[in-house]
Order: sequence, then structure tokens, then C-alpha cells
Amino acid sequence: MSRISRRKFMQATGGGAAAAKAGGLAAILASGRAPAYAQTSTVHWLKWNDFVPASDQLLRKELLPAAEKALGLKINLETINANDLQPRVTAAIQSGAGADLIMALNNWVYLYSDSLVELTDLAEEQGKKEGGMHKYARTMCSVGDKFFSMPWAVIGAMIAYRKSWFEEAGASKFPETWEAYREVGKKLKAKGRPIGQTLGHTFGDAPGFAYPYLWSWGGKEVEADGKTVVINSRETVESVKFMTAFWKDAHDEGGLAWDDSNNNRAFLSQTISATLNGASIYIESLRKPDQYQTEKGQPMNKDILHSPLPKGPAGQYGFHLMQSHMLMKYSKNQSAAKQFLKWIHTTENYEKWFLSQKGYATPCTADWEKHKVWDEDPAMGPYKVAARLAQAIGHAGPPTAKAAEAWTKYIIVDMYAKAVQGMPAEEAVKWAEGELKKIYA
Amino acid sequence: MVTATMPATGRQKTRTRIRVLEDERWLALTLLTPTAVLLGLFIAYPFIEGVYLSLSASRVGVPGEFVGLKNFEKIWNDGIFRTAVWNTFWYTGITTVFKLFLGLWLALLLNRHFKGKAYIRAAILLPFIIPTVLSTFAWKWMFDPTFSVINWALFKLGFISARINWLGDPDLAMTSIIIVNIWRGIPFFAISLLAGLQTISPELQEAAAIDGAKPWQRFWHVTWPLLLPVTMVVVLFSVIQTFADFQLVYVMTGGGPANATHLFATYAYQIGIGTGLLSEGAAISLAMFPFLLLIVIVQLLYIRRVEVR
Repeated sequence: MSRISRRKFMQATGGGAAAAKAGGLAAILASGRAPAYAQTSTVHWLKWNDFVPASDQLLRKELLPAAEKALGLKINLETINANDLQPRVTAAIQSGAGADLIMALNNWVYLYSDSLVELTDLAEEQGKKEGGMHKYARTMCSVGDKFFSMPWAVIGAMIAYRKSWFEEAGASKFPETWEAYREVGKKLKAKGRPIGQTLGHTFGDAPGFAYPYLWSWGGKEVEADGKTVVINSRETVESVKFMTAFWKDAHDEGGLAWDDSNNNRAFLSQTISATLNGASIYIESLRKPDQYQTEKGQPMNKDILHSPLPKGPAGQYGFHLMQSHMLMKYSKNQSAAKQFLKWIHTTENYEKWFLSQKGYATPCTADWEKHKVWDEDPAMGPYKVAARLAQAIGHAGPPTAKAAEAWTKYIIVDMYAKAVQGMPAEEAVKWAEGELKKIYA
Repeated sequence: MVTATMPATGRQKTRTRIRVLEDERWLALTLLTPTAVLLGLFIAYPFIEGVYLSLSASRVGVPGEFVGLKNFEKIWNDGIFRTAVWNTFWYTGITTVFKLFLGLWLALLLNRHFKGKAYIRAAILLPFIIPTVLSTFAWKWMFDPTFSVINWALFKLGFISARINWLGDPDLAMTSIIIVNIWRGIPFFAISLLAGLQTISPELQEAAAIDGAKPWQRFWHVTWPLLLPVTMVVVLFSVIQTFADFQLVYVMTGGGPANATHLFATYAYQIGIGTGLLSEGAAISLAMFPFLLLIVIVQLLYIRRVEVR
């Protein structure tokens, strides 16, 4: 049996711990770092309050204690309102102190990449392990070809529709193209069951519809260089023209002033037959089956299905909320935080969290699309493609701060809203072109 | 020898120190220093830092180079900024007029003698005491597109047949935040003006009454001129606060819909924090400064004139 003598141990350990033991306080000060035995790294993780509270509970009660045990760390989870994340990020970066890992929404890495640790190795490894990282996650979380945040999940927006009403209108399954959707919508509207879609200034459902709709016709804001504005194209004009007719034929025309919650209410009170939304309408109807019933007295949740937005001449797209985690450059616990990210992203650990979401969140790598959870509830199944079909704002360029500016100013939404309200298609597109040029100048 | 001189020099030093402080200039300086340091640290420094920020190209985490007035040039050409400027003036103007009239009216009523006066006076203060964020949330709920109690009441009373989209329509959203600001601001006016009213000697009113002045004449020729200096100060405070308002709009509409309710402060927040363009955000909030300065100068000059008169 080999014995380690006290002297050998001292020589081997080195650094703060050894210095402390060998030379007392003077040596600690001379070595310039705290003694190692006082250094259980604490990783401070800041994320939003989950819309599925069970998931945060799972993290607190089960996953994080397990991670602490496995990694020998302390993990301090803080959850705050999604709207408060950005002020926290700004304050943390400006003062150089704060949480080690912070949840990013959509394209935030473009705003903060100078203050973030590159995570390309982690993200690429994850992609390789799980059948490839979806392009959407790649675009949203990396600047150039470097990842600056670790893709976590996509919160999908899909069309919620009334199965029986669509069947009555002759659609045994959800229409695949815009033309087919318009035809069914026409019949539905004639029966007083129009499609509900907001074209108002509301951050979720309005751009969530307008951008993918534009892309599916082949329209785009800028070229791949992220500078040349090309919105004024034949494809865009076509899309605007179709929208104007589609609106009149099939939509509830009150949608121009709707916010993100109006369509939920309209759907649940049976005044519209379909609307683009997160899973919240369905979840609400599941929660209160007695309150929300069909005209035949059945629970409405049995009559709700979901579908991605239909295909256009140029393909099928979606725009969904991207969540990822940023490792901050100022953090003194970078390696510990990285270890933790790696740990929570192992299939076994991540799956527990994924299951607790019940389909609300779609993972960012390809293999998860095959998970059995998507077959358990047919209503939630379509959400599995959210991450695959998603595309970032500012297409065909990267989702830069300029793209975000165009988004917060509702330029694409307004282009359609103006046309629907009577402006000729060419003029509406020209207006959007002028606004975009101001931003991308 | 040595031990004997020591206390002598000590005493001399104390005496010189006292003599220095006997000079009023030094005394004033000494007494002002703590205030000056506090003002410098917490007002002058952030202000200068803000000015510098607005002249640079800083983003979050990236200290930018000096760019002169470029940020101001950019916001000048920004349609949303112009809307925010217009909104701020509209918001401040309308609310101040209403707060002044309603507050004055309330103060005049409260200045009378009636049963339970103390309770009513305390209750009047409620909107002012409750934290703005809390009361604004309650209002937000009342204006909610789906669950608005106001809509419900109007509907039940038969005034409307369709929902009113309070916070979803640009003009209505502006009206809504103006209503809430007025509601919140009236107590401040009422209580301050009430305090002013109570300093006016009742004998003046009596004398005027004996001379045959009608109530309106008594108000216009006796009360109002005496109340004017207080009123001006109250209006000044209110204008400054309303002009730089943030919480109320942020909670109610976040500047939406379609950027229709942005004020200086909320738009500065959206650009500075939301888009990470710190220096542009600083430029937007600093753009408030010349306007405010002008308003304050005009009002202070007016107050001085009133006081001299």
C-alpha cells in the first residue's frame, strides 16, 4: 500500500490550498488566489419563469440537486419574468457582475456577443450527438460561424383549429397550401366561422404570422449580405395581393386591432374556427373541459388540433420563440458553468425536463422529433416540427440588431395591414421598402 | 521647555482653525461641502456620464468611440421618436390641466367643514399612496381586452354592443394612460392646494363677503391670487414628474400598440435596453432635458413675478 506523506501531498496539491497550509496567511496573499478548499464553485443560473410551472419545480427539486451531486458544484437557480431578463442582462454586462448563465430569447447573442463566451464546441458536439442542430437554432445562437449561446428549446406557434368545423367544410385534414386554406376559409366564413388572425401591433401572433407568410411566397427583407433591402419583389407583391383577398374571403376583419390574447378568447368562445397561437388555447381547454364546450356539448379540447402554417410557392415556414443560454464573459465560474451545461444537455437529463414540458417546448436537434412524446397526444404532435420549420427574422440575412429593429417597428406586419385596409399592394410594399432602407442604411 | 511649548502650539492651532471658520466664506464652504459631494456623486456625475454616453457609439458591453451628435441626428430622423415627443407633450399637457382643475375643485371642497372630514382627506390620498406599479396593474386589468370590467359595465348598461379595445387601439390606449395618470395625480394637487388654501386667512373672505362679493368673485379676486404661488410650484413638480414618467406607461402598454404610447423614457428604455444601443437610448432621454429646462425656466420666472407682485 502506497502511503502519501504529508510533505508529498503538499507538493502535489500546489496553488492556494498548499500555500495556505504551508505558509499561512502570508502565503495565501502571495499566491494571489483564495485557497482551493474554500472554493466550491457556485453557478448562478438566471432563466425565465416557465409557462409550465412543473418544469421549474422539476429543476429545483430533482435535476439541480442531482447535478450538484454529480459535479460537486452549487447551482443557484433564479427565475424571473421574461420581460425582466433584458434589463438584468444589460446591468450585468455593464457592471461586469451577475449570473453566470443567463437565458437568451431569440437573437440576443447578436446584441451581446462581445460579452459572451464562445460555446461552439458544446453546441456542435450536441448537434453531432443528436442528429444535427436545426438551422434555426444555429442562426439564432451564433454570430458568423461561432455559437455564443447554447440552444435550449423553441416555443412553437401553430394554427389551432376546430376539427369538426373543418370537416363540415369539407377538409378532412388541415389544408396544406394557402390556396386550399383560403378555399376552406371561405366556406367557414360563410357559415359565420371565420379564421382569426391579428394584423395588429402585438409582438407575438402578428409577426409570428406575417414573417413566415412572406417567406413562404419567396419574399424576403434583405439579401444574404444583411444589407441590401429586397422586399420590393414580385413575390412580395403577390403575397400582399393574395393576403388582401384571403382576408376579405376568410378572415374575421376585427383582427386588425387584436392583441395576443384576443384570438384566444375568440377561439374559446367559438367565434373563429382557426388561429395561429402557442399551445395556450388547447391547454386552457384541457384545464377547464366543463367551461369550454362545443355547440354539441362535447368538451372542446377533443375538437382542437394543431397545424403548422400552410405551404406557399416557396415553401413552408414558421417563426417561433428561441431560447438559449449565454455564458457570460465576466463569470469567474466559466468552466463549472460549462460542465453544468454539458450535464443538463445529456439526453438522459434533458429528457426529464423535456417530458415535463408536455410538448410546449421543442428541442433544437433533429433526433428529438422522433421522441414518443409527440405520439402520445395527437393535438400536440405538430409542435415537433417547430424548430425544423422555423426561420429567423431578417431573412435572408442574419438576425442582427437591425432585423430586430424592423421587427419591433412592425414593418412587415404593417405592410399587410395597410393592404388589407385598402392600400394597393404595390404601394404597401413600397412603403415597407422605404422603412427597411431607413433601418438598414 | 519642550513639554511646555507643546500645548501652547496645540491651542494655537485650534485657535487658527476657529479663526478660519470665523470667516464666513470658509464656514459656508465647509458647511456646503457634504451637500456638494452628494450632489456631485449622485446627480452631476451620472448626468455627465449620460451626456458622454449620448455622444459615443456604446452598445451593451462595448464602450464605443466618440461620434459627436450622430445619435441625435439619428433620433431626429426617427418617426417613432417624433411620436414619442408629441406623446410626451400631449400626455403632460392634458393630464396637468385635468389634475389641476380636478385637484383644485377637490381642495376647495375639502376646505369646507363637514362630518368625517379627516377620513375623507385620508382616503383621497389613496391613489397617491399605493405603489404606482400595483395600482397600474389593477387599471390594466380593468382595461383588459377580454375581461374589462369597464366594458362589462357599459355593455350591461346598454351603452355599447361590441367590446372597446382600450389598450389595443392607438388613440384609446393613449386615452387610457392619460386617465390613469390623472387618477393618480389628483391627490397630490388636492392635498398641496388644500395646504395652500389653509394658509389664506378666513378674514379676507369675510371682509370680501361683507363688501358684497359673490362666491365666484371671492374665489377669483381673493383666493386664486393668494393660491397662485403654491399652484405654480405644484404644477412645476407635476410637470417634471409627468414629463419623465415611465412606470405607468411601461406597465400599461409597454409603449404599444404600434409604438403609439411611447414617451421619452419608455422609448429610451426600448432602444437602450431592448435593442442594446445604450448611447442612442441615452440620447433619447437627454433630448428630454432641453424641453424640461425650458419649461422649468419659464415657470420659475413666472413664480418669481407672481411673488414680487
